Amino acid sequence: MPKRQKMAKRLHVLRAKSNNKILILQQMKKIVKKHPLAIRWFHWINFPVLAIMIWSGLLIYWANDIYRLGWGNTTVLKFFPDSFNKALNIPFRLAEGMSLHFVFMWLFAINGFVYVAYLFFSGEWKLIFPNKKALKESWQVILHDLHIINNLPPQKKYNAAQRIAYTGVILMGFGSIVTGIAIYKPVQFKTICALLGGYEWARIEHFTLTILFALFFVLHIVQVVLAGWNNFRGIVAGFEVVTVTPLPPNVNEIIEDQDQ
Amino acid sequence: MGNNNEKIVSSKEIRNKTLLAFAIFFLLIIGALFGWRWINNQPQDNGIPTPLRAVLNGNENLFSNYIYSPDNSSKAYSPADAVPRVRVNGDAGLGDDFDAAAWKLQVVRKPGDTLFLSLDEIKALPKTEVIFDFKCIEGWSQITHWSGVKFSDFVNKYQLTNQSTMNYVGLNTPDKKYYVGIDTRSILHPQTLLCYEMNGKPLPMNQGYPLRLIIPVKYGIKHLKRIGTIFFSNTKPKDYWYERGYDYYSGL
Repeated sequence: MPKRQKMAKRLHVLRAKSNNKILILQQMKKIVKKHPLAIRWFHWINFPVLAIMIWSGLLIYWANDIYRLGWGNTTVLKFFPDSFNKALNIPFRLAEGMSLHFVFMWLFAINGFVYVAYLFFSGEWKLIFPNKKALKESWQVILHDLHIINNLPPQKKYNAAQRIAYTGVILMGFGSIVTGIAIYKPVQFKTICALLGGYEWARIEHFTLTILFALFFVLHIVQVVLAGWNNFRGIVAGFEVVTVTPLPPNVNEIIEDQDQ
Repeated sequence: MGNNNEKIVSSKEIRNKTLLAFAIFFLLIIGALFGWRWINNQPQDNGIPTPLRAVLNGNENLFSNYIYSPDNSSKAYSPADAVPRVRVNGDAGLGDDFDAAAWKLQVVRKPGDTLFLSLDEIKALPKTEVIFDFKCIEGWSQITHWSGVKFSDFVNKYQLTNQSTMNYVGLNTPDKKYYVGIDTRSILHPQTLLCYEMNGKPLPMNQGYPLRLIIPVKYGIKHLKRIGTIFFSNTKPKDYWYERGYDYYSGL
């Protein structure tokens, strides 16, 4: 930020028309409510629970770790390299992984369903679900975040790219539950299992969704770090702080608004 | 402005609100970490911490009493779908000192009243084929082809209907080194077999010759190879993998 602009953040010099007097006004801070308490709870319950689901999922997956990216005999990426398993002490913990997975699945599913119900009943869904302009605007958001263009389209709580990402992650959670049910009880829920392409496909889909969650997590953390403290405070304390310059009542017209 | 979602406040108030929120946030983090430690430090119940075991038992109760239906069967395949080379995944209970000629199936009707049956007597019952996707708890599966006697036919033939009103059936290998417990509902499922053939031939030794259990509504760990003894019980019979931290029910 240039020095001139920094100064302007602290002081504005306003000249009023009525008496030609120069008024020096200090800027004031305003708190703007951002995330309702309920959403903050859902978010911070989900974080450790999803982490445990992914961790226990790794312990389970290890027992039959057959997936890879590649073709024929060429493997670009093995899920997962031995060094990865070794570093995280994953091998031979299938029973532990299953016990955690089939306990914490309840918290993951319940928290997720209550969250979605809350979105509907509170009207928060209007701020999260993509609107008509979402596709076009999300492209502008991406170009903006990559510093290719300067201006963002006007937004409410979330920009178009966030709307798509956050709605996508809800769908991913739903997908994880459905594919998970298909693997967990493939005989009792054989219709779900068949619709997903059968038992082995359901396992591949469940795994792929987990990888997508991990990628979402990385992107989310990068964006949170870039967005800074005020934004992070929003998901903990619920509000953001915005700086404003209120006008005294005797000033009815600003002739000049000049940084000093 | 004038919106009740916005309010002008002093820097001090912002600081206090922020500090309060983060204090609560950190307390919750510490609480979660302690909760995690508490779970893992609880006494073990068959290989996993007691609270986890309690939830798994709750899952069993839910799935066996409310979700399980004998009408839900594992998808049936044709013999051509079955793999020629069937994976062998364990040899617990299959000791080398097994005397095949002397083998008889022992069915404990009640304590002190055991029925001894030869393979030929079992084969005399109607033969049922099951070709299904065998699912290992490790996560792999294979379409495999088995034949034998439906457990429910066996129960009817040998008048074990009273015994089969009990909650569980226990099975042991002849050397008692492998053992499973199965809820009676699942063992009476129409696809559950006392199986003596694989791919149309007598079971190989490593698949549990002369008689094994095939129970498609369960993971492979419950498909005990080489049945020595069958008994009925209202309490959970000993289970090899349950003792090693796995879910007792292990139903699909």
